Amino acid sequence: MSTRLGRRGFMEAATAFTAGLSANLWPAPAARAASAMGFDDARHLLSRTSFGVTPAEIRVLESLDHSVAVDRLLDSPRREAMTPAPGWLGLGPAELRRRQQAAESERKQGADGKKLDVVRPVQEQGRELKNWWIEEMIATDQPLVERMTLFWHGHFTSSLMKVRYPASLFRQNALFRREALGNYATLLKSVARDPAMLIYLDGMRSVARQPNENFARELLELFTLGEGRYGETDVKAAARAFTGWSVDRETGQFMERAGQHDDGEKTFLGKTGRFGGDDILAILLAHPRTAETVVEKLWREFVSLKADPSEVGRLAALFRESGYEIKPLMRALLLSPAFRDPANRGALIKSPVDLIVGTVHVLGLPVPEKTGLVRMLQGLGQTPFDPPNVKGWAGGESWISTHTLLLRQQFLRRMVEATTVAPMEGGMQMANRPNRRADRREQLPPADGSTMQMMEPPRPVEGRSLRGAGQEARLGPTLAGVDGPLLVRTLLPRQPVDGGDANGTAGAVVAAALLDTAYQLK
Amino acid sequence: MGRVLLLVELKGGNDGLNTLVPYADPTYRDLRAGIGVARERVVQLDERVGLHEKLAPLMDSWKAGDLAILQGVGYPYPNRSHFRSSEIWDTASASTQTLSEGWVAQAFNGTPIAKGIGVDCVVADTNVLPSAGPSLRTIVMQDAENFLRQADAMSVVPGVSDGGNPALNHLLSVRQEINAAAAGLRDRLRSAPAPVDAYGQEFLLGRQLDLATRLLTAKVPVIAIKVALGGFDTHANQAPTHERLLAFLATNLATLRQNLIGAGLWNDVVVMTYSEFGRRARQNASAGTDHGTSAPHFVMGGAVKGGLHGVYPSLSDLQDGDLRHTVDFRNVFATLAQGCWGQRYDFGLRQPQRLGFLV
Repeated sequence: MSTRLGRRGFMEAATAFTAGLSANLWPAPAARAASAMGFDDARHLLSRTSFGVTPAEIRVLESLDHSVAVDRLLDSPRREAMTPAPGWLGLGPAELRRRQQAAESERKQGADGKKLDVVRPVQEQGRELKNWWIEEMIATDQPLVERMTLFWHGHFTSSLMKVRYPASLFRQNALFRREALGNYATLLKSVARDPAMLIYLDGMRSVARQPNENFARELLELFTLGEGRYGETDVKAAARAFTGWSVDRETGQFMERAGQHDDGEKTFLGKTGRFGGDDILAILLAHPRTAETVVEKLWREFVSLKADPSEVGRLAALFRESGYEIKPLMRALLLSPAFRDPANRGALIKSPVDLIVGTVHVLGLPVPEKTGLVRMLQGLGQTPFDPPNVKGWAGGESWISTHTLLLRQQFLRRMVEATTVAPMEGGMQMANRPNRRADRREQLPPADGSTMQMMEPPRPVEGRSLRGAGQEARLGPTLAGVDGPLLVRTLLPRQPVDGGDANGTAGAVVAAALLDTAYQLK
Repeated sequence: MGRVLLLVELKGGNDGLNTLVPYADPTYRDLRAGIGVARERVVQLDERVGLHEKLAPLMDSWKAGDLAILQGVGYPYPNRSHFRSSEIWDTASASTQTLSEGWVAQAFNGTPIAKGIGVDCVVADTNVLPSAGPSLRTIVMQDAENFLRQADAMSVVPGVSDGGNPALNHLLSVRQEINAAAAGLRDRLRSAPAPVDAYGQEFLLGRQLDLATRLLTAKVPVIAIKVALGGFDTHANQAPTHERLLAFLATNLATLRQNLIGAGLWNDVVVMTYSEFGRRARQNASAGTDHGTSAPHFVMGGAVKGGLHGVYPSLSDLQDGDLRHTVDFRNVFATLAQGCWGQRYDFGLRQPQRLGFLV
């Protein structure tokens, strides 16, 4: 077994494992640690630290001691994406704007006010950027790093809707990945100089004569102290301190415009001096609330929706003592009694990314074109690089409305259908949409919410759903060969709500589990 | 009391100056040298203002006295972000305040409505915020048949105890909302006749108004229905796009009126358009307009007191290039809450004014 807990390692183990597995038999591993955590604990740990869980992945962890498994998950985080970066990263914002304007004016040539179907570079790059990240989330061998990258994106939000320079959001994403399990102080200082952030929160226009308070306000309210722990004068003082931090219009890189900086004396949170941006950040990092704000958020993301104040205090103290190192904090969080408490199993609602990326992973679906997945994410309320507002995604219960619950079920039914028709040799095909041109256009999803079309695979199991496909249903290598009860325990964090029959055919069991309300939980 | 409010969101920020045109004001020609609506293309309503000619289908309603045009609607310290400003309108908040509950839901806080069927509001587009909140049960439904089919596929939950798991409890309660709504709507919707006059299909609004009409003629006891027309973010080459949108809006609102009059329902419905902001007074360099502030809005219905209401904002007294609003949108909401549902609610205003467009 690989010592690293990457997905590739999992998949190698999976192959060996399914090959040797006979029906209805879950062989006990040969060498079990004295304190092996077992199937359900391992499933829980993985469901919170990756996107989707397969039996083989659980199998790799179940014989380990919980703390050993956690250490391995955190061992040496990948600091760069595996998926090749888009080709347009070198294009500066000025050049992109010029190309955009050219495209816009060409687009307007149409008669009767109808716009021509011209590819606009900003929209096209935005589409490719979203697809790129979804690709990485599916392909990565370290899903926890992607999870943390997504977490920091939700914490330090910036949106393509305002930052119409996708390369800067790619670089911001690279920063979040580099420090995903790195250091919060480093992250905060880098974010304050990050071009996408400077554009998103208007820092690039903030000058001594007219300081813009947008970044300063969100820095205090969302990134560090939280509401009610500072006054309007603190916001104003911080805004003055950051004046002059800007973005070069040609290159898109961070630059300091010394002439635009307000070098005067400021009073911020009771301290007085000729503060610059870094002084403000240092004062905020010295404030105990900063660590608590981050820990509370991580608690809601990884443990439960209700934070325990004394536990938050303990973890925040540890976070500060370590100099804001994220890895020891995550270690302590994942080892905390609350994380392991059975009452917190299945107590979080899957985010749209959990649901979509996770299902694609669990079913082992190859998806050549990601635009359909991104559009589904958009329908469910979590478009990457486009959070709804500066607060990021509210998450928790707000993921589920009457609209999104029906859309989620519809997505899952489509996944079930796609799995149904899987040919044995090649896995499942989700279609490249026949008209990529149509994909490029900003368009509303069709009224019936359908966003994906399935291509006919070479040799389908004719017209039957997974539920009805019986013995002919071909599960992907991720699920094949696992018995019914164990499939249910893999796919659901608690007993089924809708009472599926774990003794049916494998296809029927998987279909019922995916459509069970409990599948929405993690 | 019991009138259904039909909200028509104009997404993207409708240009009020080219909707209700101050054709007699020389400053208008000056600000809109390229994209201003020519005097002969204005349908005059009085000696100062008139409708863009593409809105002419609304003139039947105007002449019948059931079209009110509210001038200069906006709010103090306006926000020019589409998202944020929509949120301000939808939650009736002050510009500096963030609320999570929609204004329609707020109007029913503390006065639960009769739970006749399983749904209180139907949103036919995707933005539910105006009716979001614990006091109302809102369903998003772009297509009735599709909704019913999807709801059928998710059958009634067998008796499940949540085991103290709030996340599961939430899922189950949303599922129950869907089931209850589907149960309440199924027979009524399936037996509702198609609207006599068909709606245009060029924009999604046509399908949404079709659904709204079916809900109304089937006498589904909802308090509000919401539809939307997008595309008003006209930063460049505005005129052809804007004209197309206005023409579609007017034609389809006129069709709606005909259908509801024919069904004997026009007195029971109040239709209101709204948009997150108007556009900047002066056109920009690319023959479009940028995000601005206040704009006029339409209110229609058999119970509506037609005519011009409020004061047109001055074109010579701009604030940083923007019109100063003359009517706070929260007063419009307070008037609607009272006039449609008999709810007195102040939407955070110290002394909400009930405006005269709805008795």
